[in-house]
Amino acid sequence: MAKKKPTFETPELGEYYEVPEVTEGTMAHLSPFVAQPVHNTDLNFPGELVDDWHGKALEKLDDLRTRYRSLQVYLDSCVKCGACTDKCHYYLGTKDPKNMPVGRQDLLRKVYRRYFTFAGMFFPKLVGAADLTRETLDEWYSYYHQCSQCRRCSVFCPYGIDTAEISMAAREILDSIGYGQKYCNEIIAKLNKVGNNLGLPGPALADTLEGLEEDVFDETGVEVKYPLDQKGADILLVTPSADFFAEPHVDGLIGYGKVFHEAGLSWTISSYASEAANFGMFIGSYENMRRVSLRIRKAAMDLGVKRVVFGECGHAWRVAYAFLNTLAGPFDFLDPDYPVPQHIMEFTWDQIEKGNLNFDKSANDEMTLTFHDSCNVARATRMGSKPGGQMEIPRNVIKAVCNNYADMHYDTIGEKTFCCGGGGGLLTDDLMEIRVKGALPRMTALRNVMEEEGVTHIAAICAICKSQFTKVLPYYGMDMDQIVSIHQLVSNAIIMTGQNTDDVETK
Amino acid sequence: MSYFFALLFIFATLVLVIGLARKIIQYARTPAPLKIATTPAPITRSGVVLRMFREVVFFESLFKGTKWTWLFGWMFHIGLFLVLLRHLRYFVEPSWLPGWIWTLIELIQPVGIYAAFAMVAGLVGLFLRRIFVDRVRYISAPSDYLWLILLGFIGFSGLMMKFVSHTDVVMVKQFFIGLWTLSWGPLPVDFPLIVHLSLVAILMIFFPFSKLLHVPGVFFSPTRNQVDNPREKRHLAPWAKAMEEQN
Ligand code: HEM
Ligand code: HEM
Ligand code: SF4
Ligand code: SF4
Repeated sequence: MAKKKPTFETPELGEYYEVPEVTEGTMAHLSPFVAQPVHNTDLNFPGELVDDWHGKALEKLDDLRTRYRSLQVYLDSCVKCGACTDKCHYYLGTKDPKNMPVGRQDLLRKVYRRYFTFAGMFFPKLVGAADLTRETLDEWYSYYHQCSQCRRCSVFCPYGIDTAEISMAAREILDSIGYGQKYCNEIIAKLNKVGNNLGLPGPALADTLEGLEEDVFDETGVEVKYPLDQKGADILLVTPSADFFAEPHVDGLIGYGKVFHEAGLSWTISSYASEAANFGMFIGSYENMRRVSLRIRKAAMDLGVKRVVFGECGHAWRVAYAFLNTLAGPFDFLDPDYPVPQHIMEFTWDQIEKGNLNFDKSANDEMTLTFHDSCNVARATRMGSKPGGQMEIPRNVIKAVCNNYADMHYDTIGEKTFCCGGGGGLLTDDLMEIRVKGALPRMTALRNVMEEEGVTHIAAICAICKSQFTKVLPYYGMDMDQIVSIHQLVSNAIIMTGQNTDDVETK
Repeated sequence: MSYFFALLFIFATLVLVIGLARKIIQYARTPAPLKIATTPAPITRSGVVLRMFREVVFFESLFKGTKWTWLFGWMFHIGLFLVLLRHLRYFVEPSWLPGWIWTLIELIQPVGIYAAFAMVAGLVGLFLRRIFVDRVRYISAPSDYLWLILLGFIGFSGLMMKFVSHTDVVMVKQFFIGLWTLSWGPLPVDFPLIVHLSLVAILMIFFPFSKLLHVPGVFFSPTRNQVDNPREKRHLAPWAKAMEEQN
């Protein structure tokens, strides 16, 4: 676990997450590491903070508000009604009012008002407008990296003001003046070079996948393939690179392979586009998001596949579902009978409905499950043909492979789900304090459902959520192994054709 | 006196109309390059119209968010809406409108008076909330209080005219109808009316430069007005298209 002792206190779990009293400045000290010049320049940003950052930042803000209606409308429309103030997990966990969604927005809005609105130019005090100073800039850097872009605030705002849009714009402004964040920019640079966020080169991937084939064969006696760069396969699987090795992610990947196998479809992973995650979204950069997305288009074309399926990942699914067609489309070269792209959950549920998969649900009997709706999946995407399918389908799949299931409190799931605390480019050790504190509402709901319903495990369909839970659960006195992939559950329960069932352990 | 108010209202109307039109044009011209509807979202246009209707008429999201703010806010706005409908008779002759609209306006005349109370009560509630809830206090700038005070005094002076010191409503009507043709008559010189009208002029002049832009804003919010169909239909902003053509 963490090498150093944490320098902050983990909040205590109460019976219900409480709305704390405003306590100014509790998180002012926390900022992520700044990006190295090489990584900034790789993304076409200046290497270091430019001399004329003041002018350049305002220029960028002006540019963005003419290109993004969301930014322009949201900067103008907030009436300070306060509906969002108690909706952000980071405010609930830190008490810092600049972590209230509107407090966060106001850091940018006060500058917008000062330089671009009549009222702010002539009556700054009256409307809360303020000059752009070095302190403001650092505050942006600090607080716009304490937002996981989870969009919970936008659900409750009467105008749908989405603080994620503001955070993305702010991060793009920061990048454009050479003040980028290390974690995100380094990862995007790595992906551009190697093809995935972890920097796993092709041969290493091939090794891993071969290893998986052996493991699955040893366990089941079925030759399930985990193919790499196989031309002419039916399906290109794009999955977060964490799936290639880390627990519990890799168990999910094993599960996808078994489902494809049983469905009788050939599939492949691409070493060129071996990453579903697209951190271009976190930094709000259309250009970078597009550059990353185009790799998937190229891989699909080069491999000549008919369909593209995405693995379990939250923001990746947002980029895939909502943006991919825009960024890298049109995908008219793929089979028009299937949505482009498709989520692995849609794929598996379809197979289950068709009756193509056999399960022994009792294989998951030692667990009682609950499901964590990942914020980007719940509030920015859809699965299936009906609105809300993104909540239903994963639950349907879990219930198809497990006997014991209970939901967490309804105010903390579905469209109101609480972020795991690690999304939006915050999944880095230098931000551990905000990650732990921001997990408070989710941990509270989890602990409650554990006590009330005997839940033992929490399933998720997002690589970031899984990694974050693994790290954060122990801070709250729970066990890191309590987080599981949905396709891990599928993998446990599935009985493939010809699978030797006699060595199923009987306890 | 009436000359001053005539000029003031012509000016205020121009500022309001031109200011709002400029903002609406700006919003309409600014592209939304990505599909960002807050989901679950409607998958058809008519679904979006319905969502917007619930948002504008019932403040659906706010209801999910904070019940007290919703209650006061909704009381204020529905009150305001009815009061303004009732006020139409000062600006238009019945013959200018289709008959059924006028019948409707007549019908709500009696309700209008309760509406005025609802409006003022809502404003008081919102004001108290702004003072007493620490989170809302933290995010409030002076202008946020001033808007509530301004609207409160408009309502209060209106109620004064209605119940305490009546004004000559017919004269007021003739003055404002006359404004359309720049041939206004005299305005009654009553203190509540002068206050009422001065504050209304201030409201109109500052409207397009303030947070009251939430009125056009709500209709242009991409998280609320987009159809959730990104996989089915490719969505491309003009500047993104230009970028695509370059490389
Ligand atoms: C399409 C019409 C409108 C819609 C959908 C709308 C919606 C809203 C909503 C949802 C709020 C937040 C809740 C609240 O505090 O009440 C709000 C606040 C507010 N609205 Fe409107 N509004 C509309 C028209 C107007 C108009 C015409 C005015 C003024 C003349 C106005 C003045 C205000 C003010 C001053 C606030 C802030 C209240 C506070 O300080 O808490 N609104 N509006
Ligand atoms: C040029 C615009 C306006 C004119 C000429 C005007 C005129 C009047 C008059 C003459 C009355 C007294 C009605 C009576 O005695 O029966 C009144 C009442 C009232 N006014 Fe206005 N007003 C205007 C704008 C507004 C606006 C913008 C608001 C709200 C924000 C408002 C709110 C009220 C209220 C609440 C009352 C009392 C209840 C009622 O009679 O409906 N007025 N107004
Ligand atoms: S998007 Fe999420 S993390 Fe960011 S301010 Fe809103 S609720 Fe908080
Ligand atoms: S809910 Fe929306 S309008 Fe209300 S304070 Fe928050 S951002 Fe502003």
